[in-house]
Amino acid sequence: MSRKVYPNAILALAGVKDDMTMIFGGFGLCGIPENCIVALRNSGAKNLTCVSNNAGIDDFGLGLLLQTRQIKKMISSYVGENAIFEKQFMSGELEVELVPQGTLAERIRAGGAGIPGFYTPTGVGTLVAEGKEVKNFNGRDCILEKGIVGDFAFVKAWKGDKFGNLIFRKTSRNFNPMAATAGKITVAEVEELVEIGELDPDQIHTPGVFVQRIFQGQNYQKRIEHRTVRKV
Amino acid sequence: MPLTKEQIAQRIAQEVEDGFTVNLGIGIPTLVANFIPPHLNVMLQSENGLLGMGPFPLEKDIDADLINAGKQTITAVPGASYFSSADSFAMIRGGHVDLTVLGAMEVDETGSIANWMVPGKMIKGMGGAMDLVAGARRVIVAMQHRDKDGQSKLRKKCTLPLTGLHCINKIVSDYGVIDVSKNGFILREFAPDLSPEEVVRATEGSVRIADDVKPMKI
Repeated sequence: MSRKVYPNAILALAGVKDDMTMIFGGFGLCGIPENCIVALRNSGAKNLTCVSNNAGIDDFGLGLLLQTRQIKKMISSYVGENAIFEKQFMSGELEVELVPQGTLAERIRAGGAGIPGFYTPTGVGTLVAEGKEVKNFNGRDCILEKGIVGDFAFVKAWKGDKFGNLIFRKTSRNFNPMAATAGKITVAEVEELVEIGELDPDQIHTPGVFVQRIFQGQNYQKRIEHRTVRKV
Repeated sequence: MPLTKEQIAQRIAQEVEDGFTVNLGIGIPTLVANFIPPHLNVMLQSENGLLGMGPFPLEKDIDADLINAGKQTITAVPGASYFSSADSFAMIRGGHVDLTVLGAMEVDETGSIANWMVPGKMIKGMGGAMDLVAGARRVIVAMQHRDKDGQSKLRKKCTLPLTGLHCINKIVSDYGVIDVSKNGFILREFAPDLSPEEVVRATEGSVRIADDVKPMKI
């Protein structure tokens, strides 16, 4: 079972090629696979389609792959807060598919669950519905949305064992569990890699079957986008 | 004088009932949390994966793994739970969230809302707004009644790309409280310094003044 364990991000990304579709866990900068993103940048793979709720900020997260122009297309729900993104998008260099956040989560979940498509009322009557099949259920129009499968999925967990079982922490869970299910190869990076048997099976969020490669992450920055506090 | 943002938020808080699960959007909606009476059991949902959102943390309690949908550091209240984005939107899309409060650039008399995109300007994305308006049991819009040029933002028909079609129940603006019915807007309450007629004049969409219309209580 320890054949899933890789010594570092570079080796865990073996097989990454140009033109691939990559799914990323994370919301904003919270719970993003920091090590995998840097390794992906260093791999030089280009023309990537990146499926991620957000696009990082200029100098962190997926912003790193925008700087190097490795991303051809983003599939996201919200892409503000990133000037490089804006520039590449406005110039037509970067293709963007905006997807409602719940539809994005469900499309990834469906992809990972072997469900090619599903109907939802979200987006009916909006630009999102353009070109999509409409079907009425119980008097309500719904649009057909398709599942997403990635060549790779990159996720970040708090703890993981050598079988690939994962536990996430607080709101850093976000898109990670669905992303984990939807990669042909899912790479998990963890803050703490433990031996098989050390995690309580009742507490596992992502069963190891979904994870093909796992490694102990390093030098986590865990940046905060908006540091808000109260006084007393 | 039209109402302040705080007063709009204060009025919306009166719509929150005991036992409600509520999702608050960014801007004026966020302020609503400050006015929910503490004796009510209300759970705030943050669509990035938290049910039971508390106030901002003390400096010493900041946790990069605990943020809200606006990517602000936050706390969790006793009884809170964390979950994935798919579970979060199962709550929202499955009708398990009692109330969502959102801002808007435009609404119209058919209950449609536009709040995510201005053609020609940088498009940031809809985030969870389309799911929220389609899935929450009640949708209340917190907004300014008129734009900077004095144009009504409560229109006959939205001119901007929609976030949702025929989905909003109520609007609380700086001018008043307006319900959306099958026959257009109904003015229920007006800002204390204005008359019902002034609110109607400031509204492009057709407005019927409710028989029991009254001044807003703030």
